[in-house]
Amino acid sequence: MDIHFILYKLILAAAILLLSLVIAMYATLFERKIAGFFQDRLGPNRAGTFGLLQPVADGVKLFFKEEFMPANADKVLYILGPSLTMLVALLASAVIPWGGTLMIGGHEYALQVADVNIGVLYVFAVISIGVYGVMIGGWASNNKYALMGAVRAASQMISYELAMSMSIVTIVMTSGSLSLNDIVAQQHGMNWNVFTQPIGFVVFLICAFAETNRSPFDLPECETELIGGYHTEYSSMKLGFYLFAEYINIFISSAMISSLYFGGYNFPFMNDLGLSHNMVTILGTVALFAKISFFGFVFMWVRWTLPRFRYDQLMRFGWKGLMPWAMANMILTGFFHLLFKK
Amino acid sequence: MNQDSTKISLTNRSKVVSNKKMTLLERFYLPAIFKGMFITFSHFFKKEVTIQYPEEKRKFSDIYRGLHVLKLDDEGRERCTACGLCALSCPAEAITMIAAERKEDEKDLYREEKYAAVYEINMLRCIFCGDCESACPKEAIFLTDRLVPSEYKRDKFIYGKDVLVEKKDARVDVSKRQTPEVLEFKKDKSKLHNK
Repeated sequence: MDIHFILYKLILAAAILLLSLVIAMYATLFERKIAGFFQDRLGPNRAGTFGLLQPVADGVKLFFKEEFMPANADKVLYILGPSLTMLVALLASAVIPWGGTLMIGGHEYALQVADVNIGVLYVFAVISIGVYGVMIGGWASNNKYALMGAVRAASQMISYELAMSMSIVTIVMTSGSLSLNDIVAQQHGMNWNVFTQPIGFVVFLICAFAETNRSPFDLPECETELIGGYHTEYSSMKLGFYLFAEYINIFISSAMISSLYFGGYNFPFMNDLGLSHNMVTILGTVALFAKISFFGFVFMWVRWTLPRFRYDQLMRFGWKGLMPWAMANMILTGFFHLLFKK
Repeated sequence: MNQDSTKISLTNRSKVVSNKKMTLLERFYLPAIFKGMFITFSHFFKKEVTIQYPEEKRKFSDIYRGLHVLKLDDEGRERCTACGLCALSCPAEAITMIAAERKEDEKDLYREEKYAAVYEINMLRCIFCGDCESACPKEAIFLTDRLVPSEYKRDKFIYGKDVLVEKKDARVDVSKRQTPEVLEFKKDKSKLHNK
């Protein structure tokens, strides 16, 4: 391995880390802004033009707030909770292909930190660890509301992970690869998976809402019943980490949805425009980020439209609604794949 | 309850709730969700109702009762004679004053022999009812369409003469508060108030 390669990967990893953080930062502002527009308000507009400095102000405020730890909290776990959540949220971005390849000086550079051949599995492994951050935080707080939130988070994430994985299995079946890079490359042009897997897409989208603890599945932190749920006892930057991780998760989930179902960096007529290789890659990255922004918007749009599920409804929907559909979809896809695509 | 009474709808938008069995499409909920999302999205383009206060101000009614003003007469002399009727009429007991006698060289400052050396209104107590204005026999105090600004300290809300008395070169227009009834009343010179 030459030094160029290592240096390039380091720079790319740092850039994606920074990008995730900045995007998460401005997603908070974006959410508040569009929440305002949905409710015929203006949203934050005092800090800087259009409120562009609002995330900075929020960050500074969180930094200067009192760092409170309950007397009977488990100190190690209490700190581990938000750290783990943040770490896991940032880890998943490593295998997502952010674009094609760039040709610089005869070398080919892929816009992906790690082309792991089990990329999909890796993402799911990492996302599954995400529940521990919430659980540990809720448990360590030594507070019944926090514990309730943590228990809800755990059971909700485990329940919805099943249907989510099953909808992914169909994608893996049709593309014949677990590598995200391959899956995206196979959706070249307009050959997107969403056209062949509409049911899988709907199931995946709903599960993505549940996995990121977003409304209408925000039971782990529902402030009206659990006064904040698992992060009830958290304050200052530890709370900031939890809130921040949620937006990173939205970003990653949107990127996953775009990559798995909407062709990732592929865009229509990408070969017919007669552009150079590098230009197509750059446009592809722009297309990917446009898709990500759209799904990020959908996440927020849904949040400001739908009310929260009741807990039994949530469980019923997960197990008796989504699971059969995901399973039927999987079996049908396997059947047709076996029959026609051999 | 009388079951025969016809239901009166105030808005004509109420829908009768029914527990009928849902159709298959309805049980998917997705059409309803899309409908809801369409409704929220349509609000995206509606006009925001926000009034951005310090830059933008709500249009007040002509007879809005806001921050008080102590009027000067045409020659720039204070009209208030510290009779204390406003303080007496004040239901919130927000007004206090200390009267003083006019000196010979202060004739261009105060209209009558007696004046208010100290005149204070506690804006946190005041309920802006306008009773002080009604009670005043000298037409010295009026409520205006100005707002009481916010402060960080409570004692800043006790307004003295430095704020309340209108400036000679920046007169406050109170003619909007003079409703037709008031003007009609003022024509009646037999009333003590108008002498």
